[in-house]
Amino acid sequence: MNWVDICSIDDIVPNTGVGALIQGHQVAIFRLLGSDELYAIDNYDPASSANVLSRGLVGDLGGKVVVASPIYKHHYCLQDGVCLEDAGYSVNVHEIRVSNGRVEVRLGEGVMERAA
Amino acid sequence: MSSKKSIVVIGNGMVGHKYLELLVQKLEQSGQRNDYELITFCEEPRVAYDRVHLSAYFSGTSADELSLVEEGFYEKHGITLHLNDKAVAIDREAKVVQSAQGKQVAYDKLVLATGSYPFVPPVEGAEREDCFVYRTIEDLEAITEAGSRSRVGAVVGGGLLGLEAAKALKDMGLKTHVVEFAPRLMTVQVDDGGGRMLRKMIEELGVEVHTGKNTQCIEQGESCKHVMRFADGESLETDVILFSAGIRPRDELARACELEVGPRGGIVIDNSCLTTDKSIYAIGECALWDGKIFGLVAPGYDMARVAVDHLLESENEFAGADMSTKLKLMGVDVASIGDAQGATQGSKSCVYVDERQRIYKKLVISEDDKRLLGAVLVGDAEDYGNLLQMMLNDIELPEHPEALILPSLDGMAKPALGVDALPATAQICSCNNVSKGDLASAIEGGCMTVGDLKSCTAAATSCGGCAALVKDVLNAELKARGVEVNNHICEHFEYSRQELEHMVRVEKIRSFEDLLGKHGNGRGCDICKPAVASILATTWNEHVIEPHLAQLQDTNDYFMANMQKDGTYSVVPRVPGGEITAEKLIVLGEVAKKFGLYTKITGGQRIDLFGARVEQLPLIWKELVDAGFESGHAYGKAVRTVKSCVGSTWCRYGVQDSVGMAILMEERYRGIRSPHKLKFAVSGCTRECAEAQVKDVGVIATENGWNLYVAGNGGMKPRHADLFATDLDDETLIKYVDRFLMFYIRTADRLQRTARWLENLEGGLDYLKEVVIEDKLGIGEELEAQMQMLVDTYECEWKKTIENPEKLKRFRHFVNSESNDSNVVFVQERGQIRPATEDEREELKEKAA
Repeated sequence: MNWVDICSIDDIVPNTGVGALIQGHQVAIFRLLGSDELYAIDNYDPASSANVLSRGLVGDLGGKVVVASPIYKHHYCLQDGVCLEDAGYSVNVHEIRVSNGRVEVRLGEGVMERAA
Repeated sequence: MSSKKSIVVIGNGMVGHKYLELLVQKLEQSGQRNDYELITFCEEPRVAYDRVHLSAYFSGTSADELSLVEEGFYEKHGITLHLNDKAVAIDREAKVVQSAQGKQVAYDKLVLATGSYPFVPPVEGAEREDCFVYRTIEDLEAITEAGSRSRVGAVVGGGLLGLEAAKALKDMGLKTHVVEFAPRLMTVQVDDGGGRMLRKMIEELGVEVHTGKNTQCIEQGESCKHVMRFADGESLETDVILFSAGIRPRDELARACELEVGPRGGIVIDNSCLTTDKSIYAIGECALWDGKIFGLVAPGYDMARVAVDHLLESENEFAGADMSTKLKLMGVDVASIGDAQGATQGSKSCVYVDERQRIYKKLVISEDDKRLLGAVLVGDAEDYGNLLQMMLNDIELPEHPEALILPSLDGMAKPALGVDALPATAQICSCNNVSKGDLASAIEGGCMTVGDLKSCTAAATSCGGCAALVKDVLNAELKARGVEVNNHICEHFEYSRQELEHMVRVEKIRSFEDLLGKHGNGRGCDICKPAVASILATTWNEHVIEPHLAQLQDTNDYFMANMQKDGTYSVVPRVPGGEITAEKLIVLGEVAKKFGLYTKITGGQRIDLFGARVEQLPLIWKELVDAGFESGHAYGKAVRTVKSCVGSTWCRYGVQDSVGMAILMEERYRGIRSPHKLKFAVSGCTRECAEAQVKDVGVIATENGWNLYVAGNGGMKPRHADLFATDLDDETLIKYVDRFLMFYIRTADRLQRTARWLENLEGGLDYLKEVVIEDKLGIGEELEAQMQMLVDTYECEWKKTIENPEKLKRFRHFVNSESNDSNVVFVQERGQIRPATEDEREELKEKAA
């Protein structure tokens, strides 16, 4: 799987997220603090069965960088995708980088396996 | 003849009713209810009501609201109630009670709860017209009528009840005098120094106090209806006279059937509350125990408990009662504990007097300096709970007992009693007999807040004097159980919401980063970010979707719509007061039709449009704004709606324009962010069609203006709103609501509705009134100014957003694609869309494939 160009870094308001469609897969991308702290996880919130994680509030809990789902407020770790309230609800994490001011994402292996 | 035991209670006052309540409860718990027949006589036309708070009748509390009897209580529990029928004779031989209406009721056990009557001194002319006593609702009705056609009123008696009566006269707008026989006010409860301070404070309120006056006769007056002539030759002209010169036990029935009575009245009882006839009990103010009459409700309730226990053969004895009291007389705090006069042999006193701030405090200490025997507090009674517990539980005094009443200056903590020092048996709430142990077991059972404890144990629900102590016990017990008691908003700030609000305002902090940098740690989270956003909004009122604020908003505030379960949003335009033109209704219908939205009428008298995808929101709002609609802020922790009935404009019963007032309020307070949502209502008459009494702010029209109710709640834990002020004009109403809202916004916890906030506010409703009405904290104008700033800087968030292309960028589901969320699927139901269930979605996908 290759890196996919998504958007300009300036398209993401600092400390918020956006949704992205990558080969039919919905991804939530977050830009924290400065330009270089970026995270990408699934946009799908398994706790509410809705594609809403990109619209959650970001922050940290107990040292983990997290997003809170806007529906039932489950927290997902942006680094490993684990749901803090219920490990059964974890989501996939994807690789993300900035290159020449452009945000690029490479879908994680979990997604590849499921797609295959 | 039935084999049931017949229990007859004569008198349906507070104590008589309490007896029946306790008895029924115990009988039902033990399954013996069917073995007893319960009968009660009530000479008044209404069942038991709260005589302690009788004066509230003058400030708008209705007779129904004063009632102590749950609706249908007597029917539900099978108690025969003879209302408006007085028991006139007891035949002890035949064990039969005879009533005024000719009923003959046999008893096995008889309970006399006949109470007391107001003593009227034998003064010539006391029977003249417009001379009253102050005891029943009927008395109050007559006083109100007389007051409405009079200018001057005088109260004979400067005791507790006399001062209450004086307040009532003053509130009616009468020039008010208090005439007391003794050389000072409240002779029983306070000492000379306390009496002097009290007198000064009451005179400052415009009431004239005449002490050492022995009224000789009442005659036809010149400028007023009466003239009172005193033994010292002076006189006083007045239109209305209220006698409040103490009480006397109602023992005439007992005398007639030759039960033993005291030399100065009162039915003699033993420790089981039995009279000299072992089939007859006497409880409350008619009973004489150890030569004493107890003119307070708490000892009366105690006697009721003892009499019930004795009847059911469980052990309990009446052991006298502590007569300590704390009350507010005309806004002046007065408290009296134990031996207030220092009558104990060898006792010493410590006195603190501050004439500047009008405070008088005195401790009476035992000869050996070890024990507190009594205290008097005037002007500031905050120490009451602590001092009372020290006296009741014989707690050893600290080395410098004077520190207990000295003001705590900066940095010097008051030697707190430490509730840990109290034994489990210590009675915390004397009105409802709740001990520290009772509170502890309720906390063990899961109570976590003062509000929980109130509803679970009834502590602090009657006079409220113990509220601070209840809170102390709660905190100590939680701590002892290892529950960390802190009100920190989250792990990022070791502060409460109230403290954060203060920092933002005082340090002029304008961004989350600033606040976090100065006073917090970490990155923040979904708890503190929206809370700080709300604080910043009420302090600076910048647009919620400015970038530095947008990142703090919950998705609802971020997209200015309400997210639903499938990730779509609902849209609620403002419809002030629920009034809407046909043209606007048509626009709403057309917008809903065009975008395929589901429509529903809300409880707040507006229309909710569901099923909007995020990218549709600006398009929908463009049409709404063009048609003159504004954001309804249904998505925010903000003022929602002001519900109204149609009012005097159309309704034949309406007395004021409720719709006009509702629109005025909704347009004034729209958009203001607060710790939680705020719901208002305005009713045009007392029929209350707008249901204002379950709202955070409720307004009900009267003939003379508006009655204001606050802190009501529907929802999960309904709460009837409290009557806050009566007959307000428009301007004063808005002033009070401004202050109330801003005080709530500044001091409430995150997501704490006004109902829970007020329940947990130390000092409760009285304190809130002091802050809002009397401006005790001196912040009234500041609160109003802050509210006015918010009103003046209001802008419709949606109007501003659709005018700004930069801000519209965020309204898309994917940053890199124009596609929609394929997971959002609707099906039809009852002619409209609804979100598909997961099964339906799968089915539709398969069909499409």
